[in-house]
Amino acid sequence: MSDTPGFWPHPQSLQARVLRRVLALLLLGAVLVAGMAWLNGRQAAWQAYDRILLGAANDIAESIRIQGGGPVVDLPVSAFELLAQAPDDRVAYAVRAADGALITGFADAATRAGMPDTDARLFFDAPMQGERARFVEVTRRFAERDFSGVIRVSVGQTLIARKAMTLRLMLDAVLPLAVAGLVLLVASYFVIRAAVRPLERIADNLLARDPYDLTPMTVADPPREVAVMVDAMNRFMGRLDRQIGVMRNLISDTAHQLRTPVAAIRVQAEAIIEAPESPDGGQRLVRLVRRTRSLGRLLDQMLSRAMIIHRTDNVPRARLDLREVALGVVEMRDHEVLAPEAEVGLVIGDSPVWVEADEFSLSQAVGNLLSNALRHGQPPVRIGVEARGSEAWLWVLDSGAGPGEDILRGLGQRFERSKASPEDSAGLGLSIVAAVAQAFGGRVAMERTEDGFRMALVLPRAAEVGA
Amino acid sequence: MIGSLCKAIVLGASLTGLLGAVAARAQEARTAIGTGSTTLLLHSTTDIEIIRPTLERFTELNPDLRIEYEQWGSNDLYANSLEACAGDEPVADAVFSSAVHQMVSLVNAGCAAQHRSAFTDALPPARRWRNELWGITEEPAVIAYNKAFFAEAEVPRDRFALLDLLRTRPDALRGRIATYDIEASGLGYLFAYSDSLEATTFGALLEGFSRTEAIATCCSAEIIEGVAEGRYLLAYHVLGSYVEAGARPEVGLILPEDYTLFLSRGFMIPKGAPQAAAARRLLDYLLSPDGQARLSEAGLIFPQDATETGLLPSARRFIALAPSLLVALDQHRIRQFSALFASAFRPSEHP
Repeated sequence: MSDTPGFWPHPQSLQARVLRRVLALLLLGAVLVAGMAWLNGRQAAWQAYDRILLGAANDIAESIRIQGGGPVVDLPVSAFELLAQAPDDRVAYAVRAADGALITGFADAATRAGMPDTDARLFFDAPMQGERARFVEVTRRFAERDFSGVIRVSVGQTLIARKAMTLRLMLDAVLPLAVAGLVLLVASYFVIRAAVRPLERIADNLLARDPYDLTPMTVADPPREVAVMVDAMNRFMGRLDRQIGVMRNLISDTAHQLRTPVAAIRVQAEAIIEAPESPDGGQRLVRLVRRTRSLGRLLDQMLSRAMIIHRTDNVPRARLDLREVALGVVEMRDHEVLAPEAEVGLVIGDSPVWVEADEFSLSQAVGNLLSNALRHGQPPVRIGVEARGSEAWLWVLDSGAGPGEDILRGLGQRFERSKASPEDSAGLGLSIVAAVAQAFGGRVAMERTEDGFRMALVLPRAAEVGA
Repeated sequence: MIGSLCKAIVLGASLTGLLGAVAARAQEARTAIGTGSTTLLLHSTTDIEIIRPTLERFTELNPDLRIEYEQWGSNDLYANSLEACAGDEPVADAVFSSAVHQMVSLVNAGCAAQHRSAFTDALPPARRWRNELWGITEEPAVIAYNKAFFAEAEVPRDRFALLDLLRTRPDALRGRIATYDIEASGLGYLFAYSDSLEATTFGALLEGFSRTEAIATCCSAEIIEGVAEGRYLLAYHVLGSYVEAGARPEVGLILPEDYTLFLSRGFMIPKGAPQAAAARRLLDYLLSPDGQARLSEAGLIFPQDATETGLLPSARRFIALAPSLLVALDQHRIRQFSALFASAFRPSEHP
């Protein structure tokens, strides 16, 4: 690892990310709202001024009368005062006969005369001296003795007032929303801050933590997502801690355990080399071989113990029938190496005894119990499985009286070796059993019975399935 | 001299002149003010002698400017401006006309350029439109009378008194009442049109004028001259500014107390004016306190003081610069007015 603060040179804080997205969201909302407000405002303004336009046109149409065989327009000022609701807009009007001939007004005022008849709209857009304008055209029909026909009145106005009203309506709608948006933005800043604070605390905690510190992390009042994360992290650190402990033990044990036998082997080997013709050379060689064998078994046990502890942390538990474990151990006939003449009895019932455990670890533990019984106890030796209430017992029974009280007290510790222990015993056997029991939530039990001494691996029973 | 020019206008103008289709048109007078290198062409209906001091003051303040002042009859000016707007005539730098309905029409036709300044913004809404047309002056439409004829007590203070006078003394007044010829004068037409909107007295007045064989003739100066000389005993609706400027002691002046029309001459900067910047400077000067004071001295801004004029504020009727003035230019409206006036007035007699 280099000295850079992390893998990412400049990571952006979660708060900044969320805040930026919230800002983008609010901006998008603002654009949508402004667009909608503009549409609404435009519609309202166009409607309002269209009505004024229509009113003015109707006013003018009403003022037409037939005089001397032709239409006469008495242009009403009121129509223009109506149009003055849009005070700065230019105005155009025209009164035309059915054939389009101008009766009065502006010759250049737009008319719908050229448009298709299907287009029934009252209002239409047309230019007025190059400027965009809105026009309305109404018709008035006359059926007099001396005049009969249609007269069209068109009135138009430029769009200044409409645009101003649209803008005003839009701003009226948007400005309060803009203020609300700002308030929301500020509020969301604080909300997001509050939400990411547990993460910040974890980050601070991690930053402040010694790299070798594997103790569990504590976070006050974490949200569920964060609690899951912290839990996972704590579990991971716990496992790491245990594994490191195991490793440390293994290394120190190995060093400690190997020193003496290796030294003994070397001394005996040297003695043989120094005096090859010595009369007790054969005796020395036998001792050397025994030492070597004992060293091999020690290594086996140490490895198996390390393996078991490793497995209990790493291998998923399976549902096992303890009877099969016991049967497996007996059938493997490992004990015949130790005591070829011994006979091992199997005491199991008809119904399975279920536990949740790892078969390999259990076999190792039972194997150790069995070899202890064969080595220290009196034959005959039996292996049994039974269910006692909520517990499942896997026991080894020998016919002896069992070890003395002082030995019992120290049983199960690593390298507990009595003075009476033979030199090929490493004292690791019971500690393996104890480690297995602990790993699967059980214990090691001992009892003296009429039949002898019983040592058992006691595990919690698993629920029956489909039994 | 003005009289003879007026005659030419009367001969040349016709009803169609109002619509801008007169063949022969020319300015009445032309003069230059100032000696600057930049020439500002100002088309105006105002008598040059009345406004000269104000413009001279302006060129004093702006020595780089020279004002080419062309005095026009209002109808010709309107027609000329329309043609200029269409690109058929050279565009003036500024147009200044008393026939504000024609000015409104020009602005409505999109012939004017915008301008905004502190001075234009200070104008009341009735005196500006679209920031393209501004009312520079405040002049009442008054009744001028011959002091020698009227004993003080007999002077008609309002239109009702005038109507009574027309009824009670038709013989004494016969042929000796004058007013603008609405066909020759855009301003006269505007006054008549505004009158027709204000009150029903308008119809009665026309009838009275008709009975007393009133004269419809042209041009403020000429009418006032006639009143001073005693040819006319009474002139209805002449511009108060001209009466004051004429300074004839024989002529009295009445602001009708029922209502008095106030006119604000319109100033416009045509679109495409070559010296638009200079025109804006002139406009801002005319609206500035100094410019307004000069116009006031020239009588173009009538004193507002009620005690002096005896006029209630509610009796002041400003002719607002607004699109409703377009009604005045409606062809049918003009035709109706012409018919009305033709029946009311006998043809004018020019000296």
